[in-house]
Amino acid sequence: MDSALIPKGAKRCPFPVFATGIAVVGAVLLWGVYAMGLCWLKGLNQTNMNDYYGFALWIWADLAVIAIGGGAFFTGLLKYVFGIDELKNIINLAVVIGFICYSSALLILAIDIGQPLRGWFIFWHANVHSMLTEVAFCLSLYFSVLTIEFIPLILENRQIDKVPFFHNLSHNMHSVMAVFAATGAFLSCFHQGSLGGVAGVLYGRPFAYREGLLVWPWTFFLFTWSAAAYGPCFTLTVTKLFEGITRKKLVKDNVVHILAKISGWMITTYIIAKIIDTIYWAFVTAPDMGFSLIDFYSNNSFYGIWILFAEIVLGGIVPAVILTVKKYRENNKLLLVAILLGVFGVCLNRWVMVLQVMAVPVMSFDTWALYVPSWQEIATTILPVAYGVILISLAYRYLPVFPQEQELYDAK
Amino acid sequence: MTQDNHGKAYKFGMVIDLDKCTGCGSCMVACMSENNVPFKEDETNKKDSITWMKVFKLTNGKPFPDTDICYMPRPCMHCGGKGDHGHSPCVSVCPATATDYGYDTGIVSQIYTRCFGCRYCMGACPYHARYFNWWDPKWPDGMEEYLSPSVSPRMRGVVEKCSFCYHRYQAARDRAYHEERRDNIEEGEYQTACTQACPAGAITFGDLNNPEHEVSKLVKPDTHQCGKPRNPKAFRLLERLQTNPKVYYISEREWVRKAGDNYRDGEWEKSK
Amino acid sequence: MFPFSFEWAWDAGHYLFFGGMWYTIIILSLGMTFCVVKTIVDTASGKGGHHGDDDAHHGTCCSNKGNNGHH
Repeated sequence: MDSALIPKGAKRCPFPVFATGIAVVGAVLLWGVYAMGLCWLKGLNQTNMNDYYGFALWIWADLAVIAIGGGAFFTGLLKYVFGIDELKNIINLAVVIGFICYSSALLILAIDIGQPLRGWFIFWHANVHSMLTEVAFCLSLYFSVLTIEFIPLILENRQIDKVPFFHNLSHNMHSVMAVFAATGAFLSCFHQGSLGGVAGVLYGRPFAYREGLLVWPWTFFLFTWSAAAYGPCFTLTVTKLFEGITRKKLVKDNVVHILAKISGWMITTYIIAKIIDTIYWAFVTAPDMGFSLIDFYSNNSFYGIWILFAEIVLGGIVPAVILTVKKYRENNKLLLVAILLGVFGVCLNRWVMVLQVMAVPVMSFDTWALYVPSWQEIATTILPVAYGVILISLAYRYLPVFPQEQELYDAK
Repeated sequence: MTQDNHGKAYKFGMVIDLDKCTGCGSCMVACMSENNVPFKEDETNKKDSITWMKVFKLTNGKPFPDTDICYMPRPCMHCGGKGDHGHSPCVSVCPATATDYGYDTGIVSQIYTRCFGCRYCMGACPYHARYFNWWDPKWPDGMEEYLSPSVSPRMRGVVEKCSFCYHRYQAARDRAYHEERRDNIEEGEYQTACTQACPAGAITFGDLNNPEHEVSKLVKPDTHQCGKPRNPKAFRLLERLQTNPKVYYISEREWVRKAGDNYRDGEWEKSK
Repeated sequence: MFPFSFEWAWDAGHYLFFGGMWYTIIILSLGMTFCVVKTIVDTASGKGGHHGDDDAHHGTCCSNKGNNGHH
């Protein structure tokens, strides 16, 4: 039915099967859109946020998708600026994931603000000293970079490519892609970092506050580094997911292993820095403010010291070891464990740096603030996932996302 | 006007004598009616109720007969921020410049029509002094007639907080100009609603930069240490975070002063 | 964002922040303008017009080659 749109020679499931799948996910998407509409029309009273807990589940989702979407800028940097040419076989996927993640993040931010119609104030009346201002500017600009990176792939659709103008445009955009990729990496360093800075500058919140360099707290650098380190883990996870669902190999092992190895070394260096940061914070920064480490992990029903262990050991040291040791990295099962733990680790870090920050009491007579999100919040948080599934499925079906697909299929 | 708050500008502040406070809540009521603070039909969930001035109840945690209770009124602290340079925790993070530090008064403002409701300032404030309008204000029939014309009501989706009754400062300043006193405002001319409403006289308000004002006499702020009180019975909430609040508390009771900040084991004894 | 907003200040923070922003916007705009203008010129001179159905794969090669695309 839609075979004329499918890349030449590529095998795709029958259209009715595809359409059914999209319809199912589409229903979830509509549920999310309905919840989003409620938040916009009736206001944030639709959530379970309160004055003690002003950052909701979806802000965590926002930070998490930006972190795991970091594969786009980092892979782009490695391919176009550092010239690691093998990564051309996975860069398309990284770009599509990045595009989905960043468009989702912008959507979440638009739902999260109390006066969405005034959202442009953040640009117009920008307070340049606020980390959130830096986030908004860099995020929007980087999203335009991702769009620029995504366009050539769309133009490579079999039918669009027949139009000479689009064919030439795609070619010409590729020819200057290094400039766009470098700009994207520059912007990403700042927006990933400033997202870390959002928590790190809060000197009224000893759980979040970190010293730093010039105007940037250490969390600024840790966030940038972790997004670059863990982003590729998510790119690889989605690759594996695609290979599992389609039951065919889409990217050659050597490409996967190169990205896994780079990710492994990045995670290793990141987790060393993170451990040093944690030790300094636990023994110097927090005590100066009157807190012991255990104060942040006790007297409540959820946040125990386990969360620190899970983040650093399970989500950091374990994937770092697996991905850096060749023998482990090239074992498919261990590789899968490592990339999944990597994604888990960075998401948990973002959780801690957003939600636990809100939960920890600061005044000596205050209590822990724990909150359970409302269904509207859960639906709006799932909305980007459904949107992402639909967009990436469309991209896989109609665009040459995996350049090695045909070759691997023929070899089989 | 200076940029460091140590010069001739005003530095309005408040001193609350916790040993006098009975926890009656008059300050809260006065504040709400003075500033058109909205309320909900059902106020059982206190975590989304707007209380610019909130009275916390503290106990010493001891069993009877040694139990002791302290009521602690908490307005916005109007923090001077690290080094008292005006970079309050909330002001420095607001992305849209919707909250600002007045170097001429030391008051942290909130511009409701500028705020777009990101709530970052609420996350930054360790005192929970900032409140979000989760709903549009809904006044019972006829109550609009009783709203203060000097204070604009706020709409859904923006953050609000105590302004030290800034409209009263504006009125006092206007009067002073009119009477050709420039901006020379007398101590009694500008007082907040909570100060005037407190039946126990627990709240004192005035200019911390003026040694003649009662607030200065009570706490003796040390200008070389960002206004840290020299009166040993006085303290500021969370002094160790270096937020440098302009609200001071006084208590003869040691456990109350200790509750004003966080101390690790043995630290309090050493700090005495 | 602009000097006529009242919170604007001619200080290092604003120079750096908005300098970075305008620099980025200019780079992206110039990059895209170059692509579109060159595409118009290329298309007018008859490039890329010979592609048939099989050339979708050829298009893929472009992306694979990155800035070494062959045409």
